[in-house]
Amino acid sequence: MGKTLFQKIWDEHVIHEREDGNVLLYIDRHLTHDMHHRLFPLIKAQGLTVKEPDKLFGVPDHSVPTTVKTVDDIPEGEMRDTVAGLERAAAEFGFHHFGMTDDRHGIVHVVGPEQGITLPGITLVCGDSHTSTHGALGCIAFGIGATEVQHVLATQTLWQRKPKAMRITITGTLGFGVGGKDVILAVIRAIGAAGGTGYAIEYAGPAIDAMSMEGRMTLCNMTIEAGARSGLIAPDDKTIAYCKDRPFAPKGKKWDQAVSYWRGLRSDDDAVFDHEVTLDGDAIAPMVTWGNSPQWALPVTETVPDPADETDPQIRADMEASLAYMDLTPGMPLSEIKIDTVFIGACTNSRIEDMRAAAAVAKGRTAKTRTLVVPGSGLVKKQAEAEGLDKIFTEAGMEWREPGCSMCIALNGDMLQPGERSASTSNRNFRGRQGPGSRTHLLSPAMAAAAAVTGHLTDVRDLIRAERP
Amino acid sequence: MSAKTKLAPFTTFASVAVPIDIANCDTDQIIPGRFLRKSPDDADYHRVLLHDLRFNTDGSEKDFVLNKLPFREGRIFVADINWGCGSSRENAVAALTANGVRAVIAPSFGDIHYNNCIKNGVLPVQLSEEDCATLRGQLRESPGAEIAIDLETQSLTGPDQARYDFPIDAFDKHRLLNGLDDVGLTLAFEDKIESFRKTYAARHDWLD
Ligand code: SF4
Repeated sequence: MGKTLFQKIWDEHVIHEREDGNVLLYIDRHLTHDMHHRLFPLIKAQGLTVKEPDKLFGVPDHSVPTTVKTVDDIPEGEMRDTVAGLERAAAEFGFHHFGMTDDRHGIVHVVGPEQGITLPGITLVCGDSHTSTHGALGCIAFGIGATEVQHVLATQTLWQRKPKAMRITITGTLGFGVGGKDVILAVIRAIGAAGGTGYAIEYAGPAIDAMSMEGRMTLCNMTIEAGARSGLIAPDDKTIAYCKDRPFAPKGKKWDQAVSYWRGLRSDDDAVFDHEVTLDGDAIAPMVTWGNSPQWALPVTETVPDPADETDPQIRADMEASLAYMDLTPGMPLSEIKIDTVFIGACTNSRIEDMRAAAAVAKGRTAKTRTLVVPGSGLVKKQAEAEGLDKIFTEAGMEWREPGCSMCIALNGDMLQPGERSASTSNRNFRGRQGPGSRTHLLSPAMAAAAAVTGHLTDVRDLIRAERP
Repeated sequence: MSAKTKLAPFTTFASVAVPIDIANCDTDQIIPGRFLRKSPDDADYHRVLLHDLRFNTDGSEKDFVLNKLPFREGRIFVADINWGCGSSRENAVAALTANGVRAVIAPSFGDIHYNNCIKNGVLPVQLSEEDCATLRGQLRESPGAEIAIDLETQSLTGPDQARYDFPIDAFDKHRLLNGLDDVGLTLAFEDKIESFRKTYAARHDWLD
C-alpha cells in the first residue's frame, strides 16, 4: 500500500515510537510570537534552555498596535511589556527575531513562508492554532499549546499521535470572484466545525492545482476551523517557484537537492485515506458567515437560514443562539446585512494577492464604513505601496495600517464596540472575538472591500459586473 | 535530569457536575482574548472562565448555570460537541484549573485543547453525544448531583449510579495517573535524539 504525503513527511521525523503508537517527533522549525514571552523565563527557572535557537523564529504580532512603528511608541502597559518580553528573550536565548522596525516583521504565519523558513517536507510548529497555514507549502505544520511550546524549546521534539488521513478534492474550476477563502468556507460548511477533528487534511484536485500559493495558504489557514490541526498540499512547480531565493531557503547545490527531494513529496496513487470528501469547485460561490462558528457559512446569494427548518434540536438551539447574538432574522437576504466596520487583514488574508484583490474592488470607489486594511508583513506593505495599492485604499477613505494581527483578535487596541458588526477577512466569528459583544461576518478580501464600498454584505461579482460594458 | 512530577496525579475524582449546554464552545468563550495577557497567578483569575457568559460588563452576574448555587461548587463539566475548539490558548485550561475543574466530559474536543488538558492534569472524558445529553439532563434536573470518575478503570458513575466506560490513550493515561511532565520523559531519550539528529542531517543535507 502506498503512503500519503503526510505519512511520508511524518516517517522522516520519527525519533522513537512507543508500543501504544505515540511517537517522539523531530521538529525542524519552531515559530513563536509575543504572547509566549512568559515561557522563556519559565523554562529557565526549570534549569532548561532553548536547545536549537537557530531553528526558532520569533515575531511580535498579537500585541503590536497598527498605528506605531517602534516598541517605544507602544503605550506603557501589558501590550508593550509583551512585545518587549519577546525581544528580551530573543536576545537572551539567541534565536531569530524580527522586531517591529524590521521590514520582515509581520504576522507569524505570513512571515514564515515569506522568509523561506517554511519549506516543503519539514515539520513546523508554533503555539498558535493557525500554524496549519504553513502546510500549503507541503509540510507538516500544526499548532500546539504552551506546555508543548516549552517542550519544543527544551528538546526540539514533541510527543504526538499520528492523526488520521483525510483528503478533500476540489474538482473543476473556480468561478469569477471565487477564491481560497470561499473554498475553505464551503469546505467547513460541508464537513462541519468538528468534521476534521483527529485528522490531517490533504487538499487536492484541479481547483487546488490552479490555486495561487496565497489562496492555498488561506485554505490551509482555516483548516483548524474544521477541527483539523494540519492542512497540507503537495508541493508542485508553483510551490518550488515560491520558495526559490527566499532568505532562509536552501541555495546552490543544496537547493537542487531540496527540489529533487520535494518532487517525490506527494501521496502515492494507491495511498489510502481514512476519509475522502469531494466538492464541486464550479459550484462554489462567494461565501459569508452568518453565525458564531465558521461552519455557519452560506453563499452570499442566499438568505439567513431558519432554525425552524432544522430537525436536530441541538443544532436548532445552536442556530437560534447564533441568530440572537448576531441580531439577524431568518429569511433576510444575506446581502441586506448592514456592516459598521470592515477589516481586511489577519493571517488568513493579508498577503499581497489579498491586498490586490481588495484594491481592485476599492479602486475609484468610496468606503461607506470604517475600513482597516492591515498588511500581513512589512514586506507585503512595501510591495503594496510599490504597486500604489495604499493610495487606492486611502483615496477610498480606508485606513492603511502597520502589520500585525490587529482586529482579528482585538489585542492591540483595534476592536469593535459592543453590538458593532464587521465584515472581516479573518478566520473566526466567535462571540466577542473582535471585542466584547462584537458581531463578525467572515468573507474574502474582495467581498470585504465590496461590503466596505456598499455598506452591506454584497456579491462582489455583481459589483464588478455592473461596471463592465 | 530525571522525570519530574510537577502535576497533581489524577486517579479518582468525584464532584458536583455542571451541564454546559453549548455546542462548539470555543476557547475564545472559555477565556476571552483580552484576558490572555493576565497572569494565572492573579488572585481573581478564576473569574476569567467563561467570563462573558457569566458576567455583565459592569461585573454583575448573568443568569448562567455556573452562577447558580450548587453548580458553583462543580469541579466536573459535562459539555457538548467540539468543546474547546478554536484557539490553541492553553490559558483556557488555566481558567478551568483556577476553578478547581479537574475533568470535562464531552462528545468531542478540539484537538489542541484536548492535549492541553492532558498536559495540565485535567482529564478530558469522551462519551457519546447521547450519553452526554443524558448526563446533562440529569444534572439540570437534580442540581448538585455528583459524578465520580475512576481513571484506572476508565469509567465513571453518573448521578443515577449508571456506569459509563470511556477511552483514553495509554500514554495519556500513564501521564495523568502519575502526574508526569513530558520534558522529564523526553530527556531520558537524549541519546536517541542525538543519534537521530546525526542521521537526519545526513539524509537531509539541504536543510541546515
Ligand atoms: S492574525 Fe488572528 S488568527 Fe492569525 S495569528 Fe494573529 S490572532 Fe491568530
